[in-house]
Amino acid sequence: MSGGLLRRALGLRQAKIGLTLTGIVVLLAVAGALFGNMITGYQPDDFSGKPFHANGMAGTDGVGRDVLTRFLDGGLDLLGYGLAATAIGVLLGAALGMLAGYTGGWLDGLIMRGSDVLLSIPQLVFALLAIAMIGPKGWLLILVIGITHAPRVARVARQTTVGVIGQDYIKAAQLYGMPRRRILLREVLPNITGPLMVELGLRLTYSIGYVASLSFLGLGIQPPAADWGLMINENRIALVVQPWGVVLPVLAIAVLTVGTNLITDSLAAAAARRTTEES
Amino acid sequence: MTALDVTDLHVSTVDDTPVLRGVSYSIEPGEILALVGESGSGKTTAGLAALGHFRTGLKAVSGSVLASSCGGAPSDVLALPEKQRRALRGRVISYIPQDPALSLNHSLRIGKQIAEVLEVHGYPGSVEDRVRETLTEVGLPSDTEYQRRYPHQLSGGQQQRVGIAMAFAWKPSVVVLDEPTTGLDVTTQALILETVAKLAAEQDTAALYITHDLAVVAQIAHRVAVMYSGEIVESGAARQVLHEPQHSYTRALMAAVPGIEGPVGRSEAEEPDEDVVLRAERIEVSYADTKVLRGVDLAVRRGESVLLLGESGSGKTTLSRSLCGLIEKCTGTVTLDGNPLSASARKRSCEQLRDVQYVFQSPFSSLNPRRTIAESVEVPLRQLTDLDKDQRRKRVAEVLEQVRLDPEYADRLPGGLSGGQRQRAAIARALVTTPKVLVCDEVTSALDVSVQATILELLGELRTELGMSILFVTHNIALARHVADRIAVLREGLIVEQGTVDRVLDAPEHEYTRELLANTPKL
Amino acid sequence: MIRMILRRLLISVLVLLVVSILVFVATLLLPGDPARAILGTQATPERIAALQEHMHLNVPVWQRYFDWLSGVLTGDLGFSTSTQGSVNTLLADRIGASLVLLIASAVISTPIGLVVGTWSAIRAGRTSDHVVSGFSLVIAALPEFVIGVALVVLFSTSVFKLLPSVTLSPPGTPVWERPTQLVLPVLTLVLVVTPYIVRMMRATMIEVLASGSVEMARLKGIPERIVLFRHALPQASGPVAQVIALQLAWLAGGVVVVEFLFRYPGIGAALIDAVNNRDVQVVQAITLLIAGVYVVVNLLADVVGIVTNPRLRTEVAK
Repeated sequence: MSGGLLRRALGLRQAKIGLTLTGIVVLLAVAGALFGNMITGYQPDDFSGKPFHANGMAGTDGVGRDVLTRFLDGGLDLLGYGLAATAIGVLLGAALGMLAGYTGGWLDGLIMRGSDVLLSIPQLVFALLAIAMIGPKGWLLILVIGITHAPRVARVARQTTVGVIGQDYIKAAQLYGMPRRRILLREVLPNITGPLMVELGLRLTYSIGYVASLSFLGLGIQPPAADWGLMINENRIALVVQPWGVVLPVLAIAVLTVGTNLITDSLAAAAARRTTEES
Repeated sequence: MTALDVTDLHVSTVDDTPVLRGVSYSIEPGEILALVGESGSGKTTAGLAALGHFRTGLKAVSGSVLASSCGGAPSDVLALPEKQRRALRGRVISYIPQDPALSLNHSLRIGKQIAEVLEVHGYPGSVEDRVRETLTEVGLPSDTEYQRRYPHQLSGGQQQRVGIAMAFAWKPSVVVLDEPTTGLDVTTQALILETVAKLAAEQDTAALYITHDLAVVAQIAHRVAVMYSGEIVESGAARQVLHEPQHSYTRALMAAVPGIEGPVGRSEAEEPDEDVVLRAERIEVSYADTKVLRGVDLAVRRGESVLLLGESGSGKTTLSRSLCGLIEKCTGTVTLDGNPLSASARKRSCEQLRDVQYVFQSPFSSLNPRRTIAESVEVPLRQLTDLDKDQRRKRVAEVLEQVRLDPEYADRLPGGLSGGQRQRAAIARALVTTPKVLVCDEVTSALDVSVQATILELLGELRTELGMSILFVTHNIALARHVADRIAVLREGLIVEQGTVDRVLDAPEHEYTRELLANTPKL
Repeated sequence: MIRMILRRLLISVLVLLVVSILVFVATLLLPGDPARAILGTQATPERIAALQEHMHLNVPVWQRYFDWLSGVLTGDLGFSTSTQGSVNTLLADRIGASLVLLIASAVISTPIGLVVGTWSAIRAGRTSDHVVSGFSLVIAALPEFVIGVALVVLFSTSVFKLLPSVTLSPPGTPVWERPTQLVLPVLTLVLVVTPYIVRMMRATMIEVLASGSVEMARLKGIPERIVLFRHALPQASGPVAQVIALQLAWLAGGVVVVEFLFRYPGIGAALIDAVNNRDVQVVQAITLLIAGVYVVVNLLADVVGIVTNPRLRTEVAK
């Protein structure tokens, strides 16, 4: 199924760079969360010195906690939230988009007009609206970012589904009395994995960006937790004296999103090439 | 003096796979040379090279293309600097594309598109007058109101005339025509061919006519060059090449062309009610305000092959799909062995679905690119029968053998097969449930002529072997004697004439059938 | 054509109406008593009762919605609990400041994006194209605050100390009186938006340049410059208008983070404050305002698409 696509994409140099960059940050986040205190000798909430002081490799933050420890501990939540929001968005969007594209008629109209409404509120603003009412809860971040991805994924899924169901092999399946759910899963889905994989990558890049942005705004992951977005916000007043508290997390987020975007772009190139070869 | 002289032209892809391997041809003023070849033979590349144009991914390796404007010295199009090459294009050498719908600029009025080619090369006379003149020459209205139309406001035939007007506006010495009538119906095609022949003769233009259709060649060309995998394998006077082909490839190609004369049809008595398998009565289908089918009656007898003839827009595909339950909104009755069939495949029983099977026009679209051939062929068995896995696998192998498809292709994806092989697989899928009636919708129109011949042969053999009935839907009347016992002619949603092949071809009763026969090019 | 535009207009109005319902329904998600949720557990019963009165919490939901909507439609955006004043006065100055950011970024990024994208498409496959594509791919991946912080490090705190890292204008004075404080916010937004326009323009133009009608124009011997301007660019205008609209509409949301980062006194920063203070009617007003900008900009893009496409502009002749 999509195995061929991944293999194709990974043959590209750009994908290898992207995978390396992403791999480094993921490894850092996972290993950092597990073994961070063994490396630096501090727990994320321990005080290691005076505030904004050059104590330790990367100094201390505004309340005197070790920046390196908090940096090592601060990536895992971001990754987890990003992945969960992406999964919700892509699954929901793909299902709705395929259904709309295949069924047509009023259901298509309803789903697509519904997404028009959601699309008219920028994703971050939508998240802020929800947070204003319910408060900055972890599950809410995941849910609201996932839900706002869905209409964007649905548009792509619908468009590609419409392209596929115009093909005669779908009519052939109908001719053999294949039930609708089976047609969608066995005939349509394998033929739209390319665009969906591209969406998956794109949405992951954006999810990470949104979770980090919300934390940066002070409305995502809450203190005293260690988190990259939050760290940037907490430490930026001392950018001139102790830049590491800002620079390290900024670099990590940048490398991570650039990495996932490079992989996504390779997937898109591979999918496009596969389509031309098959025709 | 020769108008166009191409010598030993080599073209390859940018990664050095040869596309043209030493192509040479020349055309005299006023002469029409047909460049004939099947898909992938390199004929379009050879034609575009005359204008010094190579599509993305291709490059010229060696050779020369000498073009002479009337009275001027010949110049090598390939060796010229870009600016001078551009000055030749559209003025000395012009091009008429295959699909005017894609090649005309949809945001520019047609008058402007013709005037443009005159303006950029500095036409000495009045551009306005010349645009009017060329429009008249190609048989279009020339008034300002017509010139202000956009391409989408014209029919396909009219769009192609605009293309011809642009090409002949400068009275060029060479014009390259790339399959200019593909996609047009035979009546429009005849008019276009007539216009091109007339203009080339009047303006003393040398024409390179690229086509895959040998019957068209017989009608228009003075000389023929036959291309096969990047080489010209045979060339000479049209009559000689078509009637006494020397090269084995040309001979095979000529043998594969279905002639309207063909073998004499199996004449059977015209008794419509004798042992009918599939009967359609008062079939009507409308989309929005247009009635596509307006009360069609059609009967197919056991073991018989019926040719359903219709041009594009006649409703032939809608009719064939209605019979199979793919058009839910069709009204009227369809009966199989006297039992009524639902208009929706979803509501038909498994047995009914097994008994009426359908082969689609394009094997490039009818097979799921993510399933292996064996998996695709197995689908009907899985959905419509109770066979277990082993039995299904056995039956798939059996039917692949029946359609003469090598078992090694069974586990490949469609992408790894040629068009002809894919169509065999699609036929295998339709046969796997041993249907009583097989509906074949333009099953050869996406294929090259030599492949078409093998598919037609296969269908004939299968019919004898299996004793099934075939409804063969096509726009090509020349296929009739090769595949059918009877013909039904569909026009604008109505059957205008029915009868045995011999009767309809030899003594057509309806005006429309007579017109079709007259306009179909013959070898 | 007029009918199509009117139809599109009607859809836009409907979308905005549904957005207003959504924005209103969101307030029903406030846990427990909204007045208590806003004022906190320390509030006196009198204050809570006063706020309930003010928010019309004691009338039915649907009536509250219509009261609120008719207020919005007549230009009364409601009451801000944190500033104890009308939402109108709170936003009045800030809308102007945000528009300055928005328009400046749009005016800079759109032409750059179109020109660079076209140039890259013409040179597709060459080194310069690879460089442009690579750059835009990398920058497009970065969240706006990452770009903003990087610019601050580069231009105001650590490497060069040229530009202010925060907005210095005292409240009430126009932000454009000190142009240097606009540079970094505008630059951030430009860097965020331009890569998308470049990528889209490049992809569209590559497709158009490979189309049959462009090949035909070249085979007619038309000079490359005319091919580009008369035959290629008009074909790209429809899809590109869509993307530009999408990006500009996106800017309306993107200003939130950028204004927060640079302490810029616009509606984005006001939104963050309002969310922190649970200032419900301010959040509602700003959300609706941003959605309005989005809908209007997209409507304009669609109208451009309809007007520039002769197939939609003229009747199909028989």
